[in-house]
Formats: sequence, structure tokens, C-alpha cells
Amino acid sequence: MKNLIVHAKRLLAAALLAPALVLASAEGPQLDKAPLSKDPESLKRGATIFVTTCMACHSASFMRYNKLTEIGFTEAEIKEKLLPPDKKVGDLMTIAMRPQDAKKWFGGVAPPDLTLVTRQRNSELGSGADWVYTYLRTFYRDPTRPNGWNNVVFPGAGMPHVFWELQGEQTAKITKHPDGTESIELVLSKPGSMSAQEYDKMVADVVSFMQWMGEPIAEKRKSIGIWVMIYLAVFFALAYALKKAYWKDVH
Amino acid sequence: MSKDQALDDNRRQLLIATSVVGGAGVVAAAAPFVASLTPSERAKAAGAPAEADISKLAPGEMMTVEWRGQPVWILRRTEAMLATLEEVEPQLADPTSEKSVQPPYAKNRHRSIKPEYLVVIGICTHLGCSPTAKFAKGEASGIGKDWLGGYLCPCHGSRFDLAARVFKSQPAPTNLTVPPHQYLTDTKILIGEDKA
Amino acid sequence: MTTKSGLLQWIDERFPLTSTIREHLTEYYAPKNFNFWYYFGSLALLVLVIQIVTGIFLVMHYKPDASLNASGIPVAFASVEYIMREVPGGWFIRYMHSTGASAFFIVVYMHMFRGLLYGSYRTPRELVWIFGVLIFLALMAEAFMGYLLPWGQMSYWGAQVIINLFSAIPVIGPDLSTVIRGDFVISDATLNRFFSLHVIAVPLVLLLLVAAHIIALHEVGSNNPDGIEIKKKKDANGRPLDGIPFHPYYTVKDIVGVAGFLIVFFAVLFFVPEAGGYFLEYNNFIPANPMVTPPHIAPVWYFTPFYSILRAVTYPLFGIDAKFWGVVAMGAAVVIIAFLPWLDRSPVKSIRYKGPIYKTALTIFVISFFILGYLGVLPPTPGRTLVSQICAVLYFAFFLLMPWYSKIDPCKPEPERVTWK
Repeated sequence: MKNLIVHAKRLLAAALLAPALVLASAEGPQLDKAPLSKDPESLKRGATIFVTTCMACHSASFMRYNKLTEIGFTEAEIKEKLLPPDKKVGDLMTIAMRPQDAKKWFGGVAPPDLTLVTRQRNSELGSGADWVYTYLRTFYRDPTRPNGWNNVVFPGAGMPHVFWELQGEQTAKITKHPDGTESIELVLSKPGSMSAQEYDKMVADVVSFMQWMGEPIAEKRKSIGIWVMIYLAVFFALAYALKKAYWKDVH
Repeated sequence: MSKDQALDDNRRQLLIATSVVGGAGVVAAAAPFVASLTPSERAKAAGAPAEADISKLAPGEMMTVEWRGQPVWILRRTEAMLATLEEVEPQLADPTSEKSVQPPYAKNRHRSIKPEYLVVIGICTHLGCSPTAKFAKGEASGIGKDWLGGYLCPCHGSRFDLAARVFKSQPAPTNLTVPPHQYLTDTKILIGEDKA
Repeated sequence: MTTKSGLLQWIDERFPLTSTIREHLTEYYAPKNFNFWYYFGSLALLVLVIQIVTGIFLVMHYKPDASLNASGIPVAFASVEYIMREVPGGWFIRYMHSTGASAFFIVVYMHMFRGLLYGSYRTPRELVWIFGVLIFLALMAEAFMGYLLPWGQMSYWGAQVIINLFSAIPVIGPDLSTVIRGDFVISDATLNRFFSLHVIAVPLVLLLLVAAHIIALHEVGSNNPDGIEIKKKKDANGRPLDGIPFHPYYTVKDIVGVAGFLIVFFAVLFFVPEAGGYFLEYNNFIPANPMVTPPHIAPVWYFTPFYSILRAVTYPLFGIDAKFWGVVAMGAAVVIIAFLPWLDRSPVKSIRYKGPIYKTALTIFVISFFILGYLGVLPPTPGRTLVSQICAVLYFAFFLLMPWYSKIDPCKPEPERVTWK
């Protein structure tokens, strides 16, 4: 009997692990690991770039400006640096562009809301943050595209390279392998105002902020979780001792 | 092992310890559920201060502004209206607003910063209806020939004067509440935040 | 006769409070040799309570509305994010509900497996088993309709696929799926009716079935890992010699089970609430978009074994296309479980005394079930379809061949009294 339980437990473990092993070999572009930061200064820099640049087209409509106080901004700073003149600090981070207009202007697809993008882009290839981090760094010149830009992790992306003045222009060297697959190598053909390291660091700030924005409660959730685990361990020990005390007369 | 057998000490101690710890856990787990019943971030944002432009408000007229989902009245009183405030005082329940709610700067006869403008939450202190403006004097008001102008609550008939002070022997216990407010300019009032 | 307090006496003259407590707790005699697998019944009840309580609080903030808000996001989707971000404690309640949904199926699958191990479905417990299968069906309906409510991409396209299954039924199919949707596509009408069914209709049915399940169980008494009837050996007072009162013995034991379960449950909730995309699928963080199907859609993990069986059927039969027979196979895979009491012809109930044939059959069945579940998560390929076909055959063979192999299986003799293995 014991054997059977052990057997069943092994089976369960195998079944839980199997998908991870197989999915790990899934096809798709290689994603770079996003160097996420929880440093408030990094998050604040990221938030500033997000609000001033990304929010030209993308909303973050589940966020409120005053929620940014959680990453270290004061309400006065929010009003001064981030808030559009027609908004109050308690307002949602929506944009003026109406979705139906955006659809017309951007060829049928409105720029998506970005609040949850790091949660949406999770996949077997890497975390959502990895995806965004790689995406923002792998734009390249492609004259066949209507806006002149293409992207390695999001081929045919509707968005042009917004940060091209900072990163510079990359071009793609596509190598066709004998087995029919292709690999893309990006070469910096025209440098931007930032060095590669500076640019990567800036993107890391933006992605760190977006990771935080995807689930602002995440850090607090984990820290509460530790206390809950400690509590449950104590409760389990007590309940176990209580059970033993009652069951001592059952033979 | 019979059920009448008294619990031995070990069992009793463990039972108490487990119940206390388990009970504390249930209370802690209930906290987020109770918290979820309190106003959300959206409700708090909606409760942010509201701005009112009073540049187009004529003497003797009233405008209504929404603040925290409630009507806030701004009444521009004429000299004649202000004159009634002293006259009705013997009939009022709380003429000096001792028991009523208002910021200190509105605890006066006209219950306002500037005598001309009354800013008050239009919700009856009895059971929360919104009173109706009855500015006409005497019989024209439909209330009585001695009426000098004020407000009448449609639900239970509470009467208030032109400074939103309640008359004696009315269902409403206190005067209408004055919200915190300030003048941003001569023609702009911010409701919900004072200079503090 | 013990002395009762005045209030208790007053109540007992009007309502059978004391006698109910006696019948179901203090004088309900359960076999003393329950093992690990016997925790999952009470745990299922715990999860049901968690789902109902968290559900009540979620309904206070959730809005079943498919129309778009000013930012072009469906109101229903936005209301879920509103709960996660703006309602105080809302994230905890929502994660409890989403983790609870998966936990419900884990616990119920373990509970059902216990039945297979120890023959809990055998005479006289056939009705207990049938009520159980009905609970499982109701639970699947509840989970399916609940999954539409967040109105994300997986909600939308999952419902699209499952509802379209009904259109495979000859003659009435297409009209039937239109009636289920209340529209020609999945829309606000569908969302509203699923909301109604998810929060009122199915929970009521579930509660009634759970009551029936427990009442039937307490009428016949619990089975045990030895699969023998403790009622056959009673003492002078008529109490089973191998029985102990449910309260306090199993209440204190089940508390240990609850504590152990909560450690796992809250570890998931606080540290990995998405459970790697299995409990909360990544695509469901994208608002429903009727114009774009996500590249790969699969049902939530707890449906995948049955979904695989559906996809495994690729041959048309009797002039009706394969889609219909897939639906039939999927339905049959669930319904056939209810017939176990009559399929098992073994002289013994428990796997402890069954022979090698049953042990092998059960092992193959469990492996097939896991493989089917795993394949259901993946997009189909010809190779995978073949594997799922083999596993589907093995799944049904476990049931359909049981009358034969359970009879010829060499069994060991059952003991007279329960054992502590």
C-alpha cells in the first residue's frame, strides 16, 4: 500500500514537471533576461519615461497617478512632473486619444493599454518583463514595413522605434541555416545619443516600472505571505499535537 | 474512551491553544473581507475636492455642485436675505451652531467665510434627504405667512433658515453641515479642502 | 439523559438540533483507520466554503458588462482589475477565488481517486457515488461559466470553443448553441447569463447535491482503506467495534488536514498566484477581443483530460462528423464514472486485497489520465493526437473491461477487522 502511495506521488511529480521540460524547448526568439530593479530611483525614472513617452499613445487605465506615491513620488512631484494639466492626482492614467480614433489612425489596431503588459507577455520563452525588455531593444530598420521599422521579438509590430534617437538605428543581418531556420543578428548602423549600456539601463528602468505597474501589490503580497506561512506552521504544529492528544486512546 | 469522560489536562490546554491561535487566524483572514467593504481608491478619488465657478451666480440665486456624490449648495444671499438671519434666531434650535458640524471659520451667524455666499451640504441631518429651496417669503412659499425664506425637507418636513440652520421642534437634530472649503480666487471656490 | 440548558431544550422541542449533531458528529461512527486520502472530503467542503464566501464579496464589486469603457477596455475586465488594485483587500479575495477554483479540482480529483483505491462506490454506497459524480458535473459547469466572467482572451475563446461543441449535435445543435449564448456570438448576453448561473443557479444545485452526498454517506456509513463494513462487528451498545465518533476524533484530525492544505493553498496564493500560467492563464490578462484569437488556446488545466478525449476523436461515424462523436466521447468519459458501482465485480472493495490486474489497470488509467491532461494543454500534432487516442482508449478500457478483469483478478482475503497499514 505504501508503495502505491509513493508511486502515485512520483507520478504526480512527474506530471507536474513534464510540461515545464517540454515547454522549455518551445520555439521562438531568444529573450534577454530583464535586469529588474526594485530601487525607487530606478522605478521613478522608469515611471517618468513611461508617462512622458509611452503615454503619448498608450494608456495605463487601471492605474491612478496618486498610486505612484507607492514608488516614492510625492503628490507635489506627480503634479509638477507627470500630471497633464487637465488631470487631478487621483485620476486614472488614461490618455486623451479615443480608442476608436486610434484604431483609424494606426491601421486598425489601437495601441494597447499597457498596465498589464508584463503579465500578458509571460510565456514559456521568458517572463513578460523579459519580453518587453528585449522588444524595446530589438527594433531594426526595415524598408519593407510601412513605418520603416521591424522588431525581432514582435515581427511586424505596429509601433515604430520610439527611442531611435537614443539607441540609434540597427540593421538586421539575416542568416539562413541549412535546416531552414533563420537567425537575426542586429548591427548598430547609426549610433544614437546613448551608449548601448546607457540605453539598456534606461530600458531596464522603464521595464522595472512596468513590472511594478502590472501588480503593484506583488512585493507586499510576498511579505505578508511569509508571515502567513509562519503562522500556519505554528497552527499546524498545535493542531497536530491536539490530534495526537485525542487519538492516544484509539488503538 | 466514552464521550462523558472529562478531557485530560493536556487535551484541554491544546484545545485552548489551538482554538485561540485558530481564532486569531480567522480574524486575520476576515480583515481583508471587512476592508473590502470600505471605500475603494476610486471612491476616494471621486471624493477629491471639487471646484466651483461662482462668477455667474446672481444675487438671490443658488447653484449645486457635486462633491463626494453629494449636492453642495452655494447660495448668493442678498442684503434682505442676510437681514432675516437675526430675525429668525429666537425660533432656531441651534442658532450659534454649537451642536452642528462646520469648520471653525463658518461657525458664525451667516455660517460662511463671506457673508454673501453660503456653502453647505444639501443633505438633511435627519435621514439624509435633500431639502428643497423655499426662498419666497410669506404665503407665496406655501409654508406660512411668517416664513422668511429658507429650506424645507420634503421627506419629514424639517425647516431651515437661509443659513441652513434648523428651526425648533423639527425632526432634523442639527443645522446642515458646512463642508471644508476655500476661495481660490474671488470667483472660484474649492470644496473639500480648506487652507488648514 | 444529560441535563440540557433551558435554551437548548426550548430549541430541541422545536428543531432537532441535538439529535442532528449526534447523528452527524458526536454519534456518527467512522472507521478508525482513515488514512491520508480521507482528508479530501472535508477539504472539498472547506474549498466550497472559501469559494462561496469569496464569491459573495467579489460580486459586490464585479460588473458583468461586455461594453467598452472610455479607454476601450470591456467593463467586466476592468472591474476585475479594479478589484485587484482599488478595492481594499480585493487582490486577496480574488486570488483566493482563483486559487480556490484550481484547488477545488485538485481536492476533488484526489477525493475521487480515493474512491477508486478503496472501492468507496461499491454497495451500499452507489448513491453516495452518483451524487458525487453529479457534484463533479455541477462543478465543471460552475468552473466553466466562472471562467468567462473576467472577460479576458482565454475566457472569451474558451467559451467560444466549448459552446460551439454543442453545435455538433445533429439537427438541434446550431440552434442550441445560439440559445446558450443568447446571441449569434459570445456577447454581453452570454456574459450576463453565465454570471447569473455562476453566482446563483449552479451554487444552489451544488449545495443541494453536497447535502445529499453527505446525508447518503451518513445513512450507510463511511468506507475505509480495508473496504470492509465496520457495522458488521458491533459491541454490546450497538456501536461498531472499529468505529470512533466523528467528533472529536475526526474533527481534530481534519483540522490537521486543513492546516496542511492551507499551507499549500496560501503558498500558491502569496508566492505564485498565477501558478506558472496554469491557475491564471497569461492570455487572460488581455481583454477579450472578438477579432483576434490568441495563437494557442487551451482550456484550464482541470478540463484538459476531457478536452483531449474530445480532440482524440477524429473519425466520422454513421454519417455524422467527428466533432459530434468527440463531444459524445467527452460526455461519456464523465458519465461512465457514475457506472463504476456496477462495473466492478471484484469480491473485495479495497485495492489492498485486489489482485495485480486491478493494480495494473488503475496505474495505466492514472497514467493515461495524466497524459491526456498534459496533451490537452498543448496544441495538437499528428503524433500527439495518436498518443491521445491511445490514452483515450485506455481510459475507457479501464471502465468497460472492468466487469471482466475484476472478476478474474486473484484477490486476497479481506480481514475481519480493520487494520493499520
